[in-house]
Amino acid sequence: METQDLIYGINGPVVTVRNSRSFSMMEMVFVGKERLVGEVIGVSDKVTTIQVYEETTGLRPGEPVYGTGSPMNVTLGPGLLDNIFDGIERPLKEIAKQKGAFISRGSSVSSLDETREWDVTVTVREGDSLKGGDPYAQCQETLAIVHKCMVPPTLSGTVTKVAANGKYHVNDTIIEVTDSTGKVHPLTLCQRWPIRTPRPVAQHLPPSVPLITGQRILDTLFPLSKGGTAAIPGGFGTGKTVLQHQLAKWCDADIIIYVGCGERGNEMSQVLDEFSELIDPKSGRPLTDRTVLIANTSNMPVAAREASIYTGITLGEYYRDMGYNVALMADSTSRWAEALREISGRLEEMPAEEGFPAYLPSRLAEFYERAGMSKNLNGTTGSVTVIGAVSPQGSDFSEPVTQNTKRFTRCFWALDKSLAYARHYPAINWMQSYSEYFTDLDSWFLKNEGNDFIQYRKQISVLLQQENKLMEIVKLIGSDVLPDDQKLTIQIAAVIRIGFLQQDALNATDAYVPLEKQKLMMKVILYLYKKSKELLSAGIPISSIIQTGQFDKLIRMKNDIPSDKLEMFDDYMKDIDKALSGIVSA
Amino acid sequence: MILDYIGVKDINGPLIVLDDIENASFEEIVDIRLEDGTMRQGRIVQIDGKRIVVQVFEGTRGISLTNTRTRLMGHPMEMPLSPEILGRVFDGSGRPIDGLGDIFPVKKENVNGTPINPVSRLYPKNYINTGISTIDTLMTLIRGQKLPIFSGSGMKHNELAVQIARQAKITGAEGGNFAIVFAAMGVKADVADYFRRSFEESGILQKVVMFLNLANDPIIERILTPRCALTVAEYLAFELGMHILVIMTDMTSYAEALREFSSSKGEIPGRKGFPGYLYSDLASLYERAGMIRGKTGSVTQLPILTMPNDDVTHPVPDLTGYITEGQIVLDRSLDASGVYPPVSVLPSLSRLMKDGIGKGYTREDHSVLSNQLFAAYAKVMDARSLASVIGEEELSAEDKQYIEFGRQFETKFVEQGPTENRSIEQSLDLGWELLTALPRRALDRVNSQLLDKYYEPAKLRVQQKNADAKQNLNHSPTGSEAAASE
Repeated sequence: METQDLIYGINGPVVTVRNSRSFSMMEMVFVGKERLVGEVIGVSDKVTTIQVYEETTGLRPGEPVYGTGSPMNVTLGPGLLDNIFDGIERPLKEIAKQKGAFISRGSSVSSLDETREWDVTVTVREGDSLKGGDPYAQCQETLAIVHKCMVPPTLSGTVTKVAANGKYHVNDTIIEVTDSTGKVHPLTLCQRWPIRTPRPVAQHLPPSVPLITGQRILDTLFPLSKGGTAAIPGGFGTGKTVLQHQLAKWCDADIIIYVGCGERGNEMSQVLDEFSELIDPKSGRPLTDRTVLIANTSNMPVAAREASIYTGITLGEYYRDMGYNVALMADSTSRWAEALREISGRLEEMPAEEGFPAYLPSRLAEFYERAGMSKNLNGTTGSVTVIGAVSPQGSDFSEPVTQNTKRFTRCFWALDKSLAYARHYPAINWMQSYSEYFTDLDSWFLKNEGNDFIQYRKQISVLLQQENKLMEIVKLIGSDVLPDDQKLTIQIAAVIRIGFLQQDALNATDAYVPLEKQKLMMKVILYLYKKSKELLSAGIPISSIIQTGQFDKLIRMKNDIPSDKLEMFDDYMKDIDKALSGIVSA
Repeated sequence: MILDYIGVKDINGPLIVLDDIENASFEEIVDIRLEDGTMRQGRIVQIDGKRIVVQVFEGTRGISLTNTRTRLMGHPMEMPLSPEILGRVFDGSGRPIDGLGDIFPVKKENVNGTPINPVSRLYPKNYINTGISTIDTLMTLIRGQKLPIFSGSGMKHNELAVQIARQAKITGAEGGNFAIVFAAMGVKADVADYFRRSFEESGILQKVVMFLNLANDPIIERILTPRCALTVAEYLAFELGMHILVIMTDMTSYAEALREFSSSKGEIPGRKGFPGYLYSDLASLYERAGMIRGKTGSVTQLPILTMPNDDVTHPVPDLTGYITEGQIVLDRSLDASGVYPPVSVLPSLSRLMKDGIGKGYTREDHSVLSNQLFAAYAKVMDARSLASVIGEEELSAEDKQYIEFGRQFETKFVEQGPTENRSIEQSLDLGWELLTALPRRALDRVNSQLLDKYYEPAKLRVQQKNADAKQNLNHSPTGSEAAASE
């Protein structure tokens, strides 16, 4: 049923309709002759308010508004991976093919390629009874990922008709399910789901497995769990985007959803270029095979920017339901919050802090709560991990988006301007950052990396704490007056900072470091610390220990030891013994 | 059917409200004729049924409730375009003011432009040699990049922009296909004239398109100025295949014009009174830089903004920094001590340089060298702040080395003449020579191979130079004696 009403007022992306009773809240509508996509965001008996996801230039009052009867939704099915969409799931490659290099309005292109044939294996038989979430067919979506078609969560019934295995398009009927009232539901390869509604799960599971990122400072000092939430706040130029890219490239999730929300167009083209060249070590296939990109750059319509985050997480939940571990990167949630503010301003709502609407915290909470490790309706286990970048205005972490994000995320990776100025990357400030997942993950680390990993990590963070305190003194009186044992702390902390925490995303050896190497690096550093301390208590001055060059050598070991030659660490330990005993005998 | 509407219903700042208008479209252009025959232009910014709100570009001075006739033009704001546009001068809303008559358009384009599809973007990798050591080595400008200059009133940002424009044009085989689009927003007449003269002196005036909205011109026009300029830039770049450098000054005036307009519309203000959509608005300008797959041209932006009170956290520089691909920050104290260009190295950054430098682009050691210079200069700052507490005498030997390195760095590397054009090799070699002030083991960003290849020869060069200098000073017969006496 398509209802029709007429435009009354236009103010930027907000369009109003008078005296209409046909629209429901959050309904998806088409506005004007060009059928621009919009969504109903306010309903009263006199005025219906619609936000339009495209440029409204040239719209006239009196043009039609078409209702669709359903909320803003996206199409879920094979063909999502290795693809790039805008904020409301329109395929940008297809739009470029049809309309050229600039995005014009009113492009009606279906989200998934309807002409592509998929090699489908049907996994159910006639007479099987199915409930929501149960898979009924599968196909190889990319060489790395098998796509499972699942019964929509709200449906259950008996299979009454099954197509043979073979090649099908996304809209071909694969099976028919008859529900308890006798109604027949044809199921195709795809389904639709409203973006603002979380897809249901059977049970939430506690976080227990870390998301291994290969980034030393994250894996050891501030680990994130699969199904966890993390925030990356940082001013401009502190490396939020590079860190997000690093995580998207190297983290051990099965599926990556990368949402470029109100950021730069060139960054998205960089992701497209790089990800198609980089090979995923697990599958041996290009990274694009496991990646969905959602690009709503800063100059694309602001309302679609607001929707892009929800589109992203809905796709994430869909792959989670198949039993995959999904990681969603949102860069940046501040742009999303600003879109909220902009639309709220157009609606003349009462502003709260800094002009942001009062519902900012609840919207943020709703979004981050869609992350989690869960048991799905079909019995599989999957997770959605959410990593959101935050761009605080003026690098001021007390602004509302950072503060509210902090409340709903459990990892806080604070990026620091002064570290970035010194080109210490990743510029994660180890004093301000934290992770609440330690206790959840300790049993995993104990089982897989042993108790020593946990012990090393503790010692490393204690040393960094001590150094931080000492630096306060050094800033006032210089380091020359410190006693030798404190000088040693500063020396070894410098090795930790430069040799361990600092990591070069552009260096082939250093971009990704497996946990085992991280552990051995910590081990060697702490070994040098222990041995040096012994010498100090034997009365040997720190200067002669430094002269052995062992500290400088450890700073360079991240590049000198390849990840597949870990036995070299033994030589490093022996070398330390040799060098230090050399001083004693001298 | 053309209808004239007589009179207005309401006047508020630059906005007028008209009632009983049929068939208006959003963002449509209107012509307003006053009783005395003068014409003004306006744009529809809000529609409520038959009531429309129009912003008048030239301001509402002299408009009364009855003395106007308003006509809807049926199209949004458009810029006439043709290859003859090169060398012309326009006012802030795109009307020729050089007395050479109207443009005969080959085509007309909506000044708001349309976003480039991210899929169609070509990732910019081609570096532009500006001949300025700090920029080339530490924050390399890339063709298709948007790299703003963050400055303050009284600093030499205009000189720097002119030097970049002059020196950047001569690189590459496509040098002849280079043009400048210059948009002045709320700058003083003599600043605009300085740019014109400088372009003339370097003989490129025929390749410059100028848009002038001076400090006393209407603010509503100022909102259109960069849009007109970028529409021209896109046309020249993507239809005529030219490499366009867009200089936009001063973005702070632009943002203030936007604030003035927003508050007269009665919108809810965000930080410092700027409208909540300042980010999206600035992005709609900056994001028009770039390159497109399958097209040869490029749009590179060099916006200049003066930070009020030199405050980098002010909303305009802050939001700009979040959109642009890096920034060149100028420093008041360097400027005061006579260093030109007064580039503050540490907060400056080019995000695109990592893929446009190194082997095959500039030189293999470029990336590590710039990292090492940044890291070393950051330590200089630490040492200086310590020295300001305990005095330079009390510093450790290592810190003293850093202080000396910092001095050399600022006077030899950052400092360079307004007409000095250094090649990238010169700049890189100079960087290595400065690093020789530090011991080899302090260079923790460079691997041993590159140290052998570049650090050691640089050391020899410096020793040679010192020896030569001594020789000249002492008039001693051989250089070796001078070295021996060290």
